[in-house]
Amino acid sequence: MSSTLLLVLSSFLASAVEMVEALTIVLAAGIARGWRSSLTGVGVATATLAIVIIVLGPAITSLPISFLRIVVGGMLLIFGLQWLRKAIMRGSGFKALHDEDAIYAEELEAARTAGSVTAQGIDWYGFTLSFKGVFLEGLEVAFIVLTFGSAKGGIPLAATGAAIALIVVAVVGIAVRAPLSRVPENTMKFSVGLMLTTFGIFWAGEGVGVSWPGADIALIPILGFMILVAFGLVKSLRRKHSALRVPVPREVGAES
Amino acid sequence: MKYLKAFVLFWWDFIVGDDWLAAAGIVLTLAITAFFAHHGVNAWVLMPLGAVAVLYLTLRRATT
Repeated sequence: MSSTLLLVLSSFLASAVEMVEALTIVLAAGIARGWRSSLTGVGVATATLAIVIIVLGPAITSLPISFLRIVVGGMLLIFGLQWLRKAIMRGSGFKALHDEDAIYAEELEAARTAGSVTAQGIDWYGFTLSFKGVFLEGLEVAFIVLTFGSAKGGIPLAATGAAIALIVVAVVGIAVRAPLSRVPENTMKFSVGLMLTTFGIFWAGEGVGVSWPGADIALIPILGFMILVAFGLVKSLRRKHSALRVPVPREVGAES
Repeated sequence: MKYLKAFVLFWWDFIVGDDWLAAAGIVLTLAITAFFAHHGVNAWVLMPLGAVAVLYLTLRRATT
């Protein structure tokens, strides 16, 4: 039960973060270059992603489970540590908080000043901007859903988490028609980093032959341990940052 | 060739990210844990400790 809940929650949070980033780009493209081109880009990117998932999904699930756990667990662990590392750096002041408003303003300005190449009523700059945003962020979501789901035989559960995130982000995005800058993004990224790392440790461990005390229940103490370590590192780096008096760099790239 | 290079770079960036040390550290942790497991030692503790060591090292590299 606890691992099922964690699986859905992890998939939901990871997907929501990526979707907020994609929404920011789509909104900028739509406002600056027209909604037709932007939404066509969203549609084509979604269809391309669906093909990738249809091809990759069965291929992943047909692999031997121990091999899958090593590869999937190892990759989740690498992904998780990258997310956690960035979230800890943002939390301690070594990296600027991800500013969706600034990213939106920058994308909007770039889209407005770009030249116009129109064919069949589609503005290709707007189309490409939306396509890239949705496809690249969506690829991360697809990867997380497939890997989460396949290692535990729960692709429908992981997909449910991602689908809820898609609905929530789309509804809020349509309602406010502005970047979701009030979403506590670093907190979400911190949580996702912790969950990916926890699942990664657990599955990769099982894959290489570890037998966890308490089986699935071990996920909870692993998560607790990682939370303690992460908060400890934020605290320690905050002190280091204050001592160094390093100015926080402004961040406007769409990196996670 | 240009497309192949771009393809490889995309996946490298997607999976390895901006610090290769994290990926290398995790592969090393898995190899050591697998070695112990193969010799009948249930070294589960190495997994969380390895992850923490990698996180610490990669943060240290990024903040000094």
